[in-house]
Amino acid sequence: MSERHFRVWRGDSEGGEFVDYTIDVEPGMVVLDCIHRIQAQHAEDLACRWNCKAGKCGSCSMEINGKPKLSCMTRMNTFGPDETITIQPMKTFPVVRDLVSDVSFNYRQNARIRPLKPRPRGKDGEHRMYQEDVDRVQEFRKCIECFLCQDVCHVLRDQDAMERFTGPRFMIRLASLEMHPLDTDDRVPEIRDEFGSGLCNITRCCTEVCPEHIGITDNAIIPLKERVVDRYYDPLMWLMRKITGRK
Amino acid sequence: MATSMSPPAAAPDGTKPGGHPTRAFQTVRTDNWKLGPLLTVAGLGAFVLYSTWRAFSGVHYWVEPYLSPFYSPLIYANPQHWAGSPIAHAWFGEMPQALIDAWPSFLPFALSPAFFILVFPGSFRATCYYYRKAYYRSFFGTPPGCAVCPIGQKNYQGETRLLVIQNLHRYALYGALAFIGILYYDAFLALRRGGEWGIGVGTLVLFMNATLLAGYTFGCHSFRHLVGGRLDRFTNAVGAPGLAHRVWRGVSWLNARHMKFAWASLFWVGFTDFYILAVSRGWISDLNTWGEAMGGH
Repeated sequence: MSERHFRVWRGDSEGGEFVDYTIDVEPGMVVLDCIHRIQAQHAEDLACRWNCKAGKCGSCSMEINGKPKLSCMTRMNTFGPDETITIQPMKTFPVVRDLVSDVSFNYRQNARIRPLKPRPRGKDGEHRMYQEDVDRVQEFRKCIECFLCQDVCHVLRDQDAMERFTGPRFMIRLASLEMHPLDTDDRVPEIRDEFGSGLCNITRCCTEVCPEHIGITDNAIIPLKERVVDRYYDPLMWLMRKITGRK
Repeated sequence: MATSMSPPAAAPDGTKPGGHPTRAFQTVRTDNWKLGPLLTVAGLGAFVLYSTWRAFSGVHYWVEPYLSPFYSPLIYANPQHWAGSPIAHAWFGEMPQALIDAWPSFLPFALSPAFFILVFPGSFRATCYYYRKAYYRSFFGTPPGCAVCPIGQKNYQGETRLLVIQNLHRYALYGALAFIGILYYDAFLALRRGGEWGIGVGTLVLFMNATLLAGYTFGCHSFRHLVGGRLDRFTNAVGAPGLAHRVWRGVSWLNARHMKFAWASLFWVGFTDFYILAVSRGWISDLNTWGEAMGGH
């Protein structure tokens, strides 16, 4: 057991301050355990969102020493023995209270995306697709909607562009539909114009913070950007479409 | 409860609710986040300075049978330069006098053969998805690091306005693909000197250069898209994956290592040129099966 120091931001959307806490930490503890101990011993009104404590529900997203992380997956032995640990809510979203953010922006983005529009069923009445065709999409299904990628994306976080860019999590969702072997919807125009693919400058922070290790930039955003290039910026592709009549 | 689409406003002390800083380069991070951007600035800066100097110098890029990748393919040889390549080695021989005359005389350097070709590999790297990340972070601070405040832009446009030109990356790729063939051709030419088959350290250096550049070029995100990523279905009507799927998987393997190949090939292309410079200047001798190197012309 060792004594550890924490700076936890306390406040609401009107403002607040960092409050220092010192607690005893035992081997094996994660940051979320420490927050619970602070609640138990010093601040029972400290607000914190959590659920599974197994890195699968995506609820306990926050910023730990300035990095967007799941607090339930951040082990205390990753910090130096004398290091003060600073804990904040996510920067990109409005603060509700203490470590709890209002992430409803993300639900609104999700609602903007049209659902799968499958091609007609086969002669046997089934929708058939093969593993090789859905490997890419299945990677995106690992997303636990922790919104750490949305939090760290500088376009949303710092560039005041939330009206114009949907964010990495929803670029993933769009990619999972755009690449889906059954989907027939033409999503490329809105990926560029409505969801703002061109605003992403692929600095890959979303990929770096993803706790599910989804290749957000390489496997979703860049492939979508390339499909936008096919449609709007490549004269050879334009010529080929004119000749073949295909989109 | 605030539910606006915009992020919460900053307080007069420059922090947002949540205690987050808002001014450029500020962060709560405690790790050494500056190291990555600094190494990138040092690495890219050193390469740009060296390659610019070498491209402008127009000399010591050839020592039989090795041709520097900064000058390959050699379109024209400039007879004004000493220690360049023999005129016969250039695709179109001696540089036309009209081109030499058209070159502004007030410039302190002559028209270098490198100027005809470096735009191709240069534009490929400049528009590369990996290097974009590297220089947006390191040189333009948008952002300098993850969860580090970017240099402020009043109306951030990303890659939609001026930088929409990045979308031409695939055209730079087409040029780069041709260069892979040309550089392997140079490496094979480096197996013969004075009509005699052989091999030297320079030959191996040239083969390694072409191979690393191939690893970098064939792992390109645009290439990955063009060979298969653009498809929604890799399989045919009976569920058999086609050639596109196999190629796409191979390219994806390289693509996952794109950053490593980008740096390794960047270093090696500079080293290859330096090796040829050093042999040509007589600083070192090329160990080979032909006997002593012939030296520069």
